[in-house]
Amino acid sequence: MFRIEKRPQPSRLWTYLTPLVAVVITMIVGGALFAALGKNPVEAIRTIFWDPLFGEFSFYYRPQLLVKAAPLILIAIGLSLGFRAGIWNIGAEGQYIIGALTGAGVGLAFYPLEAAYIFPLMVLAGALGGWAWGMIPAVLKTRFGTNEILVSLMLVYVAEQLLAKMALGLLRNPDGRGFPGSRNLQQYSSAHNAEIIAGTGVHWGVVAALIAVIFAYILFTRHVLGFHIRLTGQSPKAARFAGVNPARLALICLGLSGALAGLAGMFEVSGPAGQINIDFNVGYGFTAIIVAFLGRLHPVGILLAGLLLALTFIGGENAESNLGLPAAAIQMFQGMLLFFLLAVDVLTHYRLRWKSAEVA
Amino acid sequence: MDLSSINPTLLLASLIVASTPILLAALGELVVERAGVLNLGVEGMMITGAICGFAIAVNTGSPFVGFIAAAMGGALLALLFGVLTQFALANQVASGLALTLFGLGLSALLGQGYQGIKPPPTNSLDIPFLSDLPILGPILFSHDLMVYLALALVAAVWFVLNRTRAGLILRAVGENHGAAHALGYKVIRIRIMAILFGGACAGLGGAYLSLVRVPQWTEGMTAGSGWIALALVVFASWKAGRILLGAWLFGGISVLQLNLQAAGVAIPVEYLSMSPYLITILVLVIMSADKSRAPGSLGRTFHASD
Repeated sequence: MFRIEKRPQPSRLWTYLTPLVAVVITMIVGGALFAALGKNPVEAIRTIFWDPLFGEFSFYYRPQLLVKAAPLILIAIGLSLGFRAGIWNIGAEGQYIIGALTGAGVGLAFYPLEAAYIFPLMVLAGALGGWAWGMIPAVLKTRFGTNEILVSLMLVYVAEQLLAKMALGLLRNPDGRGFPGSRNLQQYSSAHNAEIIAGTGVHWGVVAALIAVIFAYILFTRHVLGFHIRLTGQSPKAARFAGVNPARLALICLGLSGALAGLAGMFEVSGPAGQINIDFNVGYGFTAIIVAFLGRLHPVGILLAGLLLALTFIGGENAESNLGLPAAAIQMFQGMLLFFLLAVDVLTHYRLRWKSAEVA
Repeated sequence: MDLSSINPTLLLASLIVASTPILLAALGELVVERAGVLNLGVEGMMITGAICGFAIAVNTGSPFVGFIAAAMGGALLALLFGVLTQFALANQVASGLALTLFGLGLSALLGQGYQGIKPPPTNSLDIPFLSDLPILGPILFSHDLMVYLALALVAAVWFVLNRTRAGLILRAVGENHGAAHALGYKVIRIRIMAILFGGACAGLGGAYLSLVRVPQWTEGMTAGSGWIALALVVFASWKAGRILLGAWLFGGISVLQLNLQAAGVAIPVEYLSMSPYLITILVLVIMSADKSRAPGSLGRTFHASD
């Protein structure tokens, strides 16, 4: 009979090892799942994880990797701030939508004027939109003690309805012959989040994601706010004695993560997506939760985890078109990843000890 | 706009049908939370139950077998959560989110090929005399068996929690797991059982959606019902009786907004569709003033060495 024993300190080795072990286990179990669906597991795993990077068409997929990873990383960096302090913003999907709406809205308001200040204004509007949407659960939490998990999640459904309303109403393309959806911002050069270096996939969102990673790293290692966040996560009581104001921290964390998610939405709508439409959001806000945990809530880890999850998105689409693997299988694969990560994580904080049954 | 097209009798009757899925899921979660465990995976367990129940009912032709399969599917998924949080001592919030994300993917995968099919009908009971009563008959006495089962479950959960020794132990585990452990109660075993019960209830609730309420299978069809069920537990201050009240309130709102959409009210459809979520937030704000009712050990990890 073995039992688990609490480690005096979390194991450093396992802190770094658990994500890798979780990925490997997920690949094995995922392979078994694909086999159960009647696909060759080795081929499926290769199509998802290898071909986009090193396969025949990798010249096309590598830029796509950055395009898909950027929103995931931006959102996950924001989420990690709150998650570390025990503040659970799980409504990033909603903040992402609102950021896209406000960002695109500002851009479309200037149409057809061409000016250099339009895009910066859109960036600002996107961040503000996401921030405002994130502040709703923050204010309700600090003012009334309402659970931020439920409120932020409910606001995702509200945002989705708002998106539908805007795509069919206010932001609809007047020249679109009645089809839903806004004007395409890719055809409006002042508002277009174009590739900075052609053919690399690097647009302003990728730059913003990298800046966010660096800022978060400095915040956690050098800034007192990062210290307060970590302290609150480890011991709320100690943080209170150290003079941390929990309400202020909740406002900052939820506001910042909302702003980053809003930015991600704005860069997406003005670049890769191009227009506001009913099916604009594809679940980046929820996948970012997996990215944040898989990256161990550490900025560099999130950078790597974001790239990996982006790879599963791209590889999953490939496997769907080439092998007929259902899209849902990839969604489940991503969920499994978080599961195994949490399961393996026990080894970080506890150790297994073999023990003969003894009389208590 | 023609409000007279809304028939109050039918409205109340469909209110009871609409409230049943969240009532079942919230009752299960209530028991889980009274045992001190916060399972945020209700949405994932509901949708898994929805497809398990639907697929089995379609294949066997029996909604009854479907409901049993749904309960088992929900419980099985809950067991994953139980192992993760009780044995691997994982964070309950993260594990619950993982369960929801996983359940949404799993259900979409299982549901391939079940779209656009009609499930076998779940027959309404026809109680002699009572079903024929004017007004009260259609509202109260002409539903299917699951509606009455859900109502009976409210009474049963209330009775077990408040009037039996088993309920007392369960509440002790939820209020203070350290003390319960010191008294010799098997904290982990009791919690696993509560988690399984919660999963089975959520599965039943999901199957009620796909087999009776809608009735068909579409991906992501629960559309936040599981989260509303979680909010309902807070709304009910962790009391079984109030869950029923809350479920009727939310069922009433969703039915009313659908009826208003059909009646062509001047409010845009999208704003009506977001009303159940907005009202959930509003209710949460009102109910959050009183935190004292939450079980003492809610959401905390238990390890005998602590």
